[in-house]
Amino acid sequence: MREIVPEPQFATLEQQTETAQLGMWVFIATEVMFFGALIFTYFIYRLTYWEQFRLAGADSRILLGSINAAILLTSSLTMVMAINFAKEGRQQRVIAFLLVTASLGVLFLCVKGYEYVLDYESNAVPSLNFAFKSGYHAPSELYWVWYFVATGFHALHVTIGVGAILAMTRLAWRGRFSPNYYTPLEVLGLYWSFVDTVWLFLFAAIYPLGRAVT
Amino acid sequence: MSAKRESLVPYIVAWLVLMLLLGMSILSAYLDIGIFHPMVTFGIAATQAAIIFLVFMRLRGRPSLKWVFAAGGFFWLSFLFGLSIIDYATRSGFPAH
Repeated sequence: MREIVPEPQFATLEQQTETAQLGMWVFIATEVMFFGALIFTYFIYRLTYWEQFRLAGADSRILLGSINAAILLTSSLTMVMAINFAKEGRQQRVIAFLLVTASLGVLFLCVKGYEYVLDYESNAVPSLNFAFKSGYHAPSELYWVWYFVATGFHALHVTIGVGAILAMTRLAWRGRFSPNYYTPLEVLGLYWSFVDTVWLFLFAAIYPLGRAVT
Repeated sequence: MSAKRESLVPYIVAWLVLMLLLGMSILSAYLDIGIFHPMVTFGIAATQAAIIFLVFMRLRGRPSLKWVFAAGGFFWLSFLFGLSIIDYATRSGFPAH
């Protein structure tokens, strides 16, 4: 491993690390407001069109949503393990756990893609092939609009995350991290865990509707 | 920064708790609790988020500047939520039919 020195504008690597982390937290704050606004629109729709959202939500696929939640939660664990191994200077394990994390991200996208295919086949895609089922009125379509907007933006974040993890894997392969400097991994870990968190809220909004046994 | 080993146990315990909460969230979908349903599912999601922020995103420990930045987004989001709720709560003729 080569010696890593701080960038010219920083006195120490610790200062560089802290600055990078704060930068990512600022970015996450903007993301909180972005997804927060999206969740807020959901609350308004849900409270306004309670019965229609219950009906439409019952047609979502809770099994696939649950599998995806488990996949992302596990990927957060593998990501944090990669960071820990970087802290210990165990390069091979860092690479292995980064690859596992990226694979879980890809698996999430595959499951989501499969779910989109099923949604299309059941005529649930607004402005493409949406069909009103028994009991459906206009707000039911609104549920599916919200579903595709929210999960689409989330999938975009996962895709960017997977790309960044693969880029970090390349850097780890080249020995660019050491026990004294693994900041890019820590910063990426913050992003990845946040993307995981967003899915938990989308899960709560999308899947549990209309399944209660009365 | 140091090269000392950090135990993985807290992370694995956190992951187990998160999976348990996910199971509770799935289970709650099949309970007939009416208007309380969103509160339960979003309550579980908020608990999971808190665990991820504290453990996986390393906000636990001594107070630091990170807390201010992490809280910043939620602080401004509270304004968005609060003012929007006031708007909808006081608007007449909503929803439009």
